[in-house]
Amino acid sequence: MGAGHAHPLYLAGTSPLHRARPQCKIAASVAFVLAVVATPREAFWAFGVYALALAGLAALGRVPFGLLARRLVIELPFLAFAVFLPVVGRGERVEVLGVPLAVGGLWAAWNIVVKGTLGVAASAIVAATTPVAELLGGLERLRLPRALTTIAGFMIRYADVIADEVRRMRIARISRGHDPRWIWQARAVASSAGTLFIRSYERGERVYLAMVSRGYAGSMPVLQDLAATRAQWLAAMSVPAAAALVAATAWGLRP
Amino acid sequence: MTTPPPALEVDGVAFASPDGHQALFGVGFSIGRGERVALLGPNGAGKTTLVLQCNGVLLPGAGRVTVAGLPVASEHLREIRRRVGIVFQDPDDQLFMPTVAEDVAFGPANLGLRGPELETRVKAALAAVGMEGHAGRPPHHLSFGQRRRVAVATVLAMEPEILILDEPSSNLDPASRRELAEIVTGLDITILMVTHDLPYALQLCPRSLIMNGGTITADGPTAALLADAELLAANRLELPFGFDPAALGRR
Repeated sequence: MGAGHAHPLYLAGTSPLHRARPQCKIAASVAFVLAVVATPREAFWAFGVYALALAGLAALGRVPFGLLARRLVIELPFLAFAVFLPVVGRGERVEVLGVPLAVGGLWAAWNIVVKGTLGVAASAIVAATTPVAELLGGLERLRLPRALTTIAGFMIRYADVIADEVRRMRIARISRGHDPRWIWQARAVASSAGTLFIRSYERGERVYLAMVSRGYAGSMPVLQDLAATRAQWLAAMSVPAAAALVAATAWGLRP
Repeated sequence: MTTPPPALEVDGVAFASPDGHQALFGVGFSIGRGERVALLGPNGAGKTTLVLQCNGVLLPGAGRVTVAGLPVASEHLREIRRRVGIVFQDPDDQLFMPTVAEDVAFGPANLGLRGPELETRVKAALAAVGMEGHAGRPPHHLSFGQRRRVAVATVLAMEPEILILDEPSSNLDPASRRELAEIVTGLDITILMVTHDLPYALQLCPRSLIMNGGTITADGPTAALLADAELLAANRLELPFGFDPAALGRR
């Protein structure tokens, strides 16, 4: 399980990318992904420019390439689908290493792979340079309702506590000779889940009690001042702006 | 000059939970400023229920509770909760913010403190429990003993009139237990410590209250109460093996 708040995706550091305001990074990465998605798939050079830009940002944020590459693995299940497209696609076919592949399918697969990879890489860079607490603060600055960010914060805080409880319950079950191999042995697991729900619910009540005892009156106090200056916004948005320019040029150059 | 009101005064408090179970039957005692008092009693004696009466989470069916002269009532709960700081038994229930510093800031921020004033409070509270070096860390990366100390800091940051510790020694290893004792004795504040850890009560609190079946059954110097084997037995309290009650009277 992850380490909660100091989440496993975060790399501590003090690079300019780490110091950038979270709301700027979130907005910039979303805008960047939109620009990438809007680029015509035939414009190979444009994707090269995007990849170079991301590589530059990763270097700026001191995110090692090896680490970034390993994080890209998360998109593999989604890419599996793309791999089938050239095989099952119809229409014009070309021979690649003796295998007949559909041209339309190849284009579609390329489109998914390149845009998906660039998008995941962009968000991996943001995740590696922004602590979760700041991400939530940034989302709040972007007008995500306070209730949602608070719920997300609690979820992250207590994920470890609950995972630990699950682990202890499992060890206690196994220690009493429980060895679930078949579906009809799932009863004990199911009742553990029920117990876990009740316990978590009760914990929720106790946490609320502790909050009320410290003067909680329905809204979380804002502790970090995350306001971004115009210069910070400009610096962050320059990346997606450049990407949008590249996308527009790619459309303009289309035959 | 009039004498200042006691830090906590509980007078004839009776309470029944909504399901009709009567937990408190006319509890009464008073704790002076700067006193350290232990509230002893077996499980189910009504200790936690009584603690929740002190900050108005539960309101008594009869009787009244006053904190430094201010009665606990729904119209000034905010001030009551500032005056009464409760450290709950499980620090995981108390520490819910992303970092230690933010968690300590939660209480005073709810009181309306901001900026440098808030920062000073947080620093002072963390320094009081020796955790100033961990301000930026997430709470669940700390050891259990450290988390309990941070939980104490979260309450100290509100500068309460009285600090209520609910089973402070539970689950602590001997070293953490000693460290917490050193912190508690170093605090210049009124303390009510709820526990069934009798040696810890003796170590930290000159005076003790014994509670059983929803009433206070004894109130006196801790050493004298613990030396009274009959009294302890009647209230389902027991000293740990090898602890000599006869030696207590001589302390």
